[in-house]
Amino acid sequence: MARRTQPVILRFAGLTALLLVLGFTLGTAGALFLAAEPGRGLARSDWSALRFTLVQASLSAVISVVVAVPLARALVRQSFPGRSLVLTLLGAPFLLPVIVAVLGLLAVWGRSGLVSTGLLAIGAERIDIYGLWGVVLAHVFFNLPLVTRILVQGWMAIPAEQFKLAEQLQFSPADMFRHLEMQMLRQSLPGAFTLVFLLCMTSFAVALALGGGPRATTLELAIYQALRFDFDLAHAAMLAGVQFGLCCLVAAVAMFLSLGVDFGAGLGGPVRHKSLRSSQTLMDRTLIVAAVAFLGLPLLMVVVRGITGLIADLPDGMGPATLRSLGVALISALVSLGFALVLAAWLDRLRGPRRWGAEVIGYLGIAASPFVMGTGLFILLNPVISPFSVSLPVTAAVNAVISLPFSLRVLLPAFAQLRQSHGRLGDSLGMSGWSRFRLISWPVLRRPAGFATGLAAALSMGDLGVIALFAPTRGETLPLYIYSLMGAYRMEAAAGAALVLLVSSLALFWLFDRGGRLNAAV
Amino acid sequence: MLRFEKALLRRGTFALNVDLELAKGDRLALIGPSGGGKSSVLDAVAGFLPLGEGRLEINGQDMNDAQPATRPVTFLFQEHNLFPHLTVAQNVGLGIRPNLRLSAEDHQRVTKALAEVDLSDHPHKLPRELSGGQRQRVALARALLRDKPLLLLDEPFAALGPALRREMLDLVARICEETTATLIMVTHQPEDAARIAGLTSVVADGSVSQPLLTEELFKNPPPTLKAYL
Repeated sequence: MARRTQPVILRFAGLTALLLVLGFTLGTAGALFLAAEPGRGLARSDWSALRFTLVQASLSAVISVVVAVPLARALVRQSFPGRSLVLTLLGAPFLLPVIVAVLGLLAVWGRSGLVSTGLLAIGAERIDIYGLWGVVLAHVFFNLPLVTRILVQGWMAIPAEQFKLAEQLQFSPADMFRHLEMQMLRQSLPGAFTLVFLLCMTSFAVALALGGGPRATTLELAIYQALRFDFDLAHAAMLAGVQFGLCCLVAAVAMFLSLGVDFGAGLGGPVRHKSLRSSQTLMDRTLIVAAVAFLGLPLLMVVVRGITGLIADLPDGMGPATLRSLGVALISALVSLGFALVLAAWLDRLRGPRRWGAEVIGYLGIAASPFVMGTGLFILLNPVISPFSVSLPVTAAVNAVISLPFSLRVLLPAFAQLRQSHGRLGDSLGMSGWSRFRLISWPVLRRPAGFATGLAAALSMGDLGVIALFAPTRGETLPLYIYSLMGAYRMEAAAGAALVLLVSSLALFWLFDRGGRLNAAV
Repeated sequence: MLRFEKALLRRGTFALNVDLELAKGDRLALIGPSGGGKSSVLDAVAGFLPLGEGRLEINGQDMNDAQPATRPVTFLFQEHNLFPHLTVAQNVGLGIRPNLRLSAEDHQRVTKALAEVDLSDHPHKLPRELSGGQRQRVALARALLRDKPLLLLDEPFAALGPALRREMLDLVARICEETTATLIMVTHQPEDAARIAGLTSVVADGSVSQPLLTEELFKNPPPTLKAYL
């Protein structure tokens, strides 16, 4: 069969997108290395930031994984009304802006939150979550659901035949665990653990809102302070270089570990488990109720406090901040979609090592933390133009690059399906170019594209990372505005604005996702 | 040795009536359209699908409340009969002891069973290093060791070529003879039924027809079977 030639324009566009991604990730890293003054070495506070970063990431990942295993098992083997609702709730933290979650968590666990109020009522002390435990709490809030979802999928992927076989061979519960569940866990847990570890290393906003001080500063927080307060570019560059190296290492481990999962999908059919002991059922149900409360209560508090906050104290800066955020989110999402479509179309036609290489580069966005990218850009832009005057375009661009890996993951399978199902038919009809895209490709791609764009828009809307580095005092986005309200102890106003942010993020996701499905034929 | 009495199998909105009796050593093929309920019959025998109504008796014992583990049955699925992380010998050894604490004598039995299915050369390989036919042979070796009175086959050879399939069916016939097992097998291929099963039932339109001699059934097919063929 003759090899289909690649349209020149596609190759050109793909390469351009790739170079841009490279520029944003490796290019900024290069700028950091040039700006750093390695001779100075790391100060004592830098070492303690490094230590804190690793400690909080390890604790968060361990707790998330340890709780997720029994929780996922409970969700797989118990059936109860509302089970699918709980599974949906597990997906919610992904769309949730960090600052909103932090406000929700503070409303439950903070000094004047539900837990402290309860403790006071029974004569005990308030709890104070600022510092290590606050950071870990927030990270578990975000990552426990993620790991649980990965594991639920792992459990569902164990072929039903193997459970039947196990029953027939009279496996004891211990044998069952050893031969079925242990195998699945051994394959999915290391990857899940490193993924959570990486996410916790690069989550700036949580550390900004709940950490701080000499004992609870992460590397990213230290970069922020070096840039914003000390304006010590060389110091910031050095820290960012350390952060970049660490992240690349962890990301490489994560990629390596998540390869080669060896479960052929079964013929399906619901898994009918042996009747469970009532103590197991009781434990499962308790765990599910506790998890729903842990994840649901902060969300509920955001809504409740948000409504009262909006009535009591409507801050005047909120309108402009919301508009700025919406603008950034829309532009960022569309740029990300454009990049993702072009890259996916190009990658889909590559084979062998070139394909692999190009894909790894696309995923660099995960390894290069947005914050490191931002620091590099800051240093690159500083001699040319005031970084503060381009805060919004930079935020939009960096967020587009960050959401690229997610978009690619969603779009690549769609492109593969397109090639397999319609590729030859389109060729034989001699369709090409724009008409081919419009008539054949887009109908198949619009659903995943809508989903990916919605995700990108929501992520960008809630972003509180790069913008914190670049933002001028006037010209904040909504998440940053909420943060500054919190800093001024205007908690009611912050709660109101957080509700607006939550609703906007969800609405953006819903609009794009829905737009992709509307009147879709496939 | 096996009797379904006015049994009703339900799976969602699907329902199947089963009235069926087999004697020891019978070999029954179940044939019929996809989604007709052939596999449900096997699942009911093995205890993976509880009866909606009626009774199931094996060797004169009521099976309605028996757990799958306690039923005298070996089930061969289309796929996933082996655990991917265990070697060939370990997968067979599970048929003796699920915790794999095997005595020297047990190991000998495993070796012998593997020899019977022509797999003596590969005891330490993992399932993914075997061909599809070899994998099912490992499962057959385990069936041989388990030595249960009932052998259920849910198209375990469907993915194999015609010559290999015939070879495997002959192996099954040999195992049934050695263990004097009663066989129920699901198949899409009339020639499979003709090769190994003395009796055939048609599973279609919500019921299982009375077993007839396979040869005569195909010589003179009823309308439901004609439509399928």
